[in-house]
Amino acid sequence: MSKRIDVKDLNVYYSKFLAVEGVNINIDAKSVTAFIGPSGCGKSTFLRTLNRMHEVIPGARVEGEVLLDGDNLYGPGVDPVTVRAQIGMVFQRPNPFPTMSIRDNVLAGVKLNNTKISKGEADVLVERSLQGANLWNEVKDRLGKPGSGLSGGQQQRLCIARAIAVEPQVILMDEPCSALDPISTLAIEDLINDLKDQYTVVIVTHNMQQAARVSDKTAFFNIAGTGKPGKLIEFGDTPTIFSNPTEKATEDYVSGRFG
Amino acid sequence: MTSTLTPVRKRSALTKGQLPKAAPYIVLAVALVLGAAILALIGFNAFGWGLVSAILFAAGLVGWSLAVEGARKAKDKLATCLVVGAFLIALLPLFSVIWTVLVNGLPGLLDPGFLNTSMNGVTGAFDNKTVEEGAPLLGGIYHALMGTLLITVLATLISVPVGLLTAIYLVEYGEDRALARAITFFVDVMTGIPSIVAGLFAAAAFFAVVGPGTKTGAVAAVALSVLMIPVVVRSSEEMLKIVPNELREAAYALGVRKWRTILKVVLPTAISGIASGITLAIARVIGETAPILVTAGFATAINTNVFSGWMASLPTFIYTQILNPTSPSNPDPSSQRAWGAALVLIILVMLLNLGARLIARMFAPKTGR
Repeated sequence: MSKRIDVKDLNVYYSKFLAVEGVNINIDAKSVTAFIGPSGCGKSTFLRTLNRMHEVIPGARVEGEVLLDGDNLYGPGVDPVTVRAQIGMVFQRPNPFPTMSIRDNVLAGVKLNNTKISKGEADVLVERSLQGANLWNEVKDRLGKPGSGLSGGQQQRLCIARAIAVEPQVILMDEPCSALDPISTLAIEDLINDLKDQYTVVIVTHNMQQAARVSDKTAFFNIAGTGKPGKLIEFGDTPTIFSNPTEKATEDYVSGRFG
Repeated sequence: MTSTLTPVRKRSALTKGQLPKAAPYIVLAVALVLGAAILALIGFNAFGWGLVSAILFAAGLVGWSLAVEGARKAKDKLATCLVVGAFLIALLPLFSVIWTVLVNGLPGLLDPGFLNTSMNGVTGAFDNKTVEEGAPLLGGIYHALMGTLLITVLATLISVPVGLLTAIYLVEYGEDRALARAITFFVDVMTGIPSIVAGLFAAAAFFAVVGPGTKTGAVAAVALSVLMIPVVVRSSEEMLKIVPNELREAAYALGVRKWRTILKVVLPTAISGIASGITLAIARVIGETAPILVTAGFATAINTNVFSGWMASLPTFIYTQILNPTSPSNPDPSSQRAWGAALVLIILVMLLNLGARLIARMFAPKTGR
């Protein structure tokens, strides 16, 4: 239950502005890939093109191909809704639905699509998803309470539970820990480690130690200057990127000389 | 073991140079007495007493504060006096209106049969008898109450779908297109339409389509919806706009379609604000007189069919009772009925506002752990 992603010559535009240029990357199934780079270099933009979420912004479009196990996400007739059902996403700030209970938040993907599900199946799905997000023990006694009453770290894990409840092939995470304290961050990082047994995980992070801790492969993005497009500078095994990168810019960035 | 000696003093050094806590009350008492004395010289009246005392109070408190506490605190006291004064001035007409209507309307409202009889068959002769021989007051507002409720409900049924769907289009699909901008502009224009114009529009439209002289509750409901729709659009639009985009994105990322996202995430999140906006829009049109007068006419009998025949409503009932008393020689019973109807109208509006608050609380996103 996980698929690989291959990106070929991808350009991302916001109207006429070229935001990300010429990305080629191969993301293996059941692995954790981290995107690092300075602010504004297009790593979040690129991440959002992997499940067509960037199309929510008016004027955004792409050129090139993104292949999910060989199927082009941007092929003619592909429905972005189908794409997003297979490639889930966790956002920078935890965003549980405020009108729903913890249980309903987990079931949101099922219920919002009006899929019929029996109470027994729903119970199993809720427990499995919350177990998968390492949140079950903390919330099992208050599933009927609103999700917004949880702490920030718990909310973020609830959002991860919500994402894995629809059983996606790939999970994208856009700086999932940037609003969290170190203990919650640790909980999420442990969770990412568990998730890669079943899912392909792609994570954007500003925290290089985090990238080093959780990822198998790391991609370094950079931008030549304001108004210039972001580019993928280097992509390789995480230890190589952090200890022995080929590119000078990567070495400068990971050693903290700029960015 | 060591102990530190704290100097024992009556007042803390940190609170030196402050007015005593009772200062405003002392100044108020002095101002009231002085005000009464000044007014006694030129002829006492309650309004003048209040005004003079307020000025004396402000001057006294600010002056005392300036002497004891210094310029900064004095300015603070002056600003407080001005703010409280403005607040009282704003509240005065409101309380005056409520009080007047309560005093004049209660006798009418407490009259048996006032709420459950109509004016059908009640003629000037009965009113003359009431005044001259003390016979019980006949006639009531049942027909007008039913008319107001039916017309308002129909107007709401027309306005809410149109207004809410317009707001959804503007916020979720408009994307600043020319059409969306045009709608926003015309909704703004519609907000400023005088209510009589809305009435004339509805009347003319029905005259042209159904036939000349068509005056029914439905025509009035159309006129009221012309007034209501822009209010509903505006308030719903604001409420939909403040739903965080993150929630929409969260739903999209789960593979939920846009229309389902709007229906099941955006609307439930905004529903409390939308519901109270709609209730306030109802409260806004329930007291309209002019458009109803030209669209539904007025009736003395009960008519519960909005699609045929003239229909009474509370505002037009008040209007006709005051302007054309049932008995021209003894207008008091009519005026009592008018005040009673006014009180009922105010109570209706108040209930609607309470309802809006209740709805807002009921639908508000749940908190708690």
